[in-house]
Amino acid sequence: MNEQTLFLIEKSIIVLAIFGGVMLVVALTTLVERRVAGFMQDRYGPNRVGPFGILQPAADGLKNFLKEETMPAAAAQPYFWMGPVISLAPALVTFAVVPFAAPLPIGESYVVQMIVADVPIGILYILALSSLGVFGVVLGGWASNNKFSFLGALRASAQMVSYEVPLGLAVVVVLMLAGNVTLTEMVWQQQQLNFWFAFPISLAFILFVISAFAETGRMPFDMPEAESELVGGFHTEYSGMKYAMYPMGEYAHMITSSALMATLFFGGWDIPFWTGDDAFLFQGEWIRGFAENGAPIAAELAWWKTLFTFVTFAVKTYFFVIVYIWVRWTVPRFRYDQIMQLGWKVMLPVSLAYLMVVAATILALDQLGVAYGFTFGLVLTVVSAICTGLFLLVLDRGRTLSGAAFEAHERFHSERKALSGASGD
Amino acid sequence: MAQKTVEFTLGRNPEMGMDGRPVMGPLAPIDLPEPDIESDNMLLNIGPQHPATHGVLRLICELDGETIVRCIPHIGYLHSSFEKLGEYRTWNQVVTLTDRMDYLAPLIYNCAYVMSVEAMMGIEVTERCKLTRVIMMEMDRIFGHLLWLGTFAMDVGAFTPFLYTFEEREKIYTLHESYTGARITTSATRVGGMMSEMPEGWDQGVRDFCNGLPRTLDECDTLLNENGLLLGRTQGIGVISGEDALNYGLTGPNLRGSGVPYDVRKDQPYYDYESYDFEIPVGEYGDCHDRYLVRTEEMRQSLRILHQALDRLPKAEGPMDVPDPRISLPAKTDAMNDMESMIHHFKLVTDGIHAPAGESYFPVEASKGELGMYVVSDGGTKPVRWRVRPPSFVNLAALPKLLEGHLLADLITINASIDIVLGEIDR
Repeated sequence: MNEQTLFLIEKSIIVLAIFGGVMLVVALTTLVERRVAGFMQDRYGPNRVGPFGILQPAADGLKNFLKEETMPAAAAQPYFWMGPVISLAPALVTFAVVPFAAPLPIGESYVVQMIVADVPIGILYILALSSLGVFGVVLGGWASNNKFSFLGALRASAQMVSYEVPLGLAVVVVLMLAGNVTLTEMVWQQQQLNFWFAFPISLAFILFVISAFAETGRMPFDMPEAESELVGGFHTEYSGMKYAMYPMGEYAHMITSSALMATLFFGGWDIPFWTGDDAFLFQGEWIRGFAENGAPIAAELAWWKTLFTFVTFAVKTYFFVIVYIWVRWTVPRFRYDQIMQLGWKVMLPVSLAYLMVVAATILALDQLGVAYGFTFGLVLTVVSAICTGLFLLVLDRGRTLSGAAFEAHERFHSERKALSGASGD
Repeated sequence: MAQKTVEFTLGRNPEMGMDGRPVMGPLAPIDLPEPDIESDNMLLNIGPQHPATHGVLRLICELDGETIVRCIPHIGYLHSSFEKLGEYRTWNQVVTLTDRMDYLAPLIYNCAYVMSVEAMMGIEVTERCKLTRVIMMEMDRIFGHLLWLGTFAMDVGAFTPFLYTFEEREKIYTLHESYTGARITTSATRVGGMMSEMPEGWDQGVRDFCNGLPRTLDECDTLLNENGLLLGRTQGIGVISGEDALNYGLTGPNLRGSGVPYDVRKDQPYYDYESYDFEIPVGEYGDCHDRYLVRTEEMRQSLRILHQALDRLPKAEGPMDVPDPRISLPAKTDAMNDMESMIHHFKLVTDGIHAPAGESYFPVEASKGELGMYVVSDGGTKPVRWRVRPPSFVNLAALPKLLEGHLLADLITINASIDIVLGEIDR
């Protein structure tokens, strides 16, 4: 077998595994969401189909296939069909550049990278594709020819475009620290720094999480759906499998952005407090670090390391998925104008300012000759902790949440009032 | 092939005029201008089937973007003609219609109706009956407010408190069921008394419920009142001043939320409410958040009343019904063994109670505001006229005023905060 055939086989297997894996996790997450909701709300959740309701997603899928596909008489048909597809596909494709485990050695010399495509544009690819997701929502909502869908689509377009900016700026902070846009290198840099990026650039992490919530349209940012206001929002008119594609897209988006949170800020597949798993393709050689004199140390790859790093990655990713679910069943929904205020008046200036602060700190550290390592990370951690504290103070002053027509400051934590002895007695 | 023609009987279709063209009824029967066809405003129809209209309310909104220019509520989709039906029922049979009005606090309506009839007939019910009714009314005030709390939270997007409040409501459902046999359509009262004596241990069940509720209320307060998102969604939204609220005829928590301490229980006390130690919470700003605070505090105050009433219950031994054979049914064993009692039983069941000619209006404080029952008698066994002063019907009338200039999302919040029930609005 020549190299090309090997490459084709290798990539085909990985692509199939990733696609199947993500779709499986999507199905499982719909169940997990409902079970967690049940747990939080003192009830059971679906537990009839199979043990612990494990077959519920399959039953739902079957049901959705058998349901009638309704088509509004005045819908713009091609776009009405395209909407769900466009919403699902980018969320799945984004996963291609996320490394999900340490490289797997096969035989003496062959090493399989645990990533679909280690493209050199990494994060730019993600930003480009994730902004496509909004088209599915907007097209579907607009093509339905329904006023509720239309309002949902309008909200979605404004919201997702607005939050792309702070999301991008938060990623830029990561790029400054990593010095590269490929995700494999970001994992490597976190291993080198001995710090997960969540600590040296903690505010970027918080901004990224908030923006990711808004991008996926999950609570408290689920403006496009807002079932108590807009019935079903952009997917009011959808039914059957076309409808099911939207939730699937949402869950896939959730999983992808959770994987990104894990990769960008929590070391990806890196096992904490252990350097034995570190591996990076440096000038054609797999290394796990540099010696004192700058000479690369060869990495020791093993299949069990791949397995454990994969488990680590899965745990980290699913932790954030659970956070998504946890938040959804806890908080109420924002109002549309509050989301815009938060996006443009708080998130954008804060992320810009924070970008400057981090850039200045890195520049100063470089000028002082502090090497990229523990001290470097510690200084950044302290600076970021201060910024995060300030940011949370700003958020807590009621500015973002005040109503459209009211100064809420003086009564933000208003006490219960009781007046005894009413007029009549 | 000859073209098949179909003829419609146009005159019978209310949506079509005699010329076959649709009749465009005016948007509002008052002197509001019709929306300009050229304008960019969007006309949005919310309801009658909509997840957040609390039944079959229909709101027609003129939207500028997402801002509401004006909103016109349409009601009547649940019209059941209760008041007219009442004119063909005997005094006691009408009770079954009352709990179908506000099915979220049925016992208050049961009690309010018989209290009005008793006032007209000049009946003074026994002490035990008074206490039982006070317990029932306060319990159902909590019952109604709990549903409001859950749905309000759900309408602003927090789903979880809904389940917590329904867990507590389930306990009240069980109490309803053990007393009356029904969970919603309780029909618990009779003129001059109750349907039966309290079942064994029922008062202890109420006490257990009272002891468990504060925990849930605190939990919901933690989830909602201490949540910045909810404060942002409710503070300064749907503001109505105390003066406006009075002019619109608002009553109940909606009026008290605007700072007017009017409560029928304090201002025109009935059933010794003046002897209970409780307070009337009032708001300061008259917005959705104040209405929220007033209602949650009212539940706590109702608990205080419940505890006091339950403490008084053992001292009030004696019959539940007034000992008047023309009004109360005799005991079953008497009716079987004693000729006089059997005749009374027969007359009461076949003919009904005779109320002297007269009329009465009796207001009570229902969970949604001042509930007044007006009954007119010509001396017969049926009301000549029965009219309800429904609190949420009057409260709903303020909705267009409250909505002015707010966003579509606020419409849902405000609609939820004024706590309407369509069964009673449409009657």
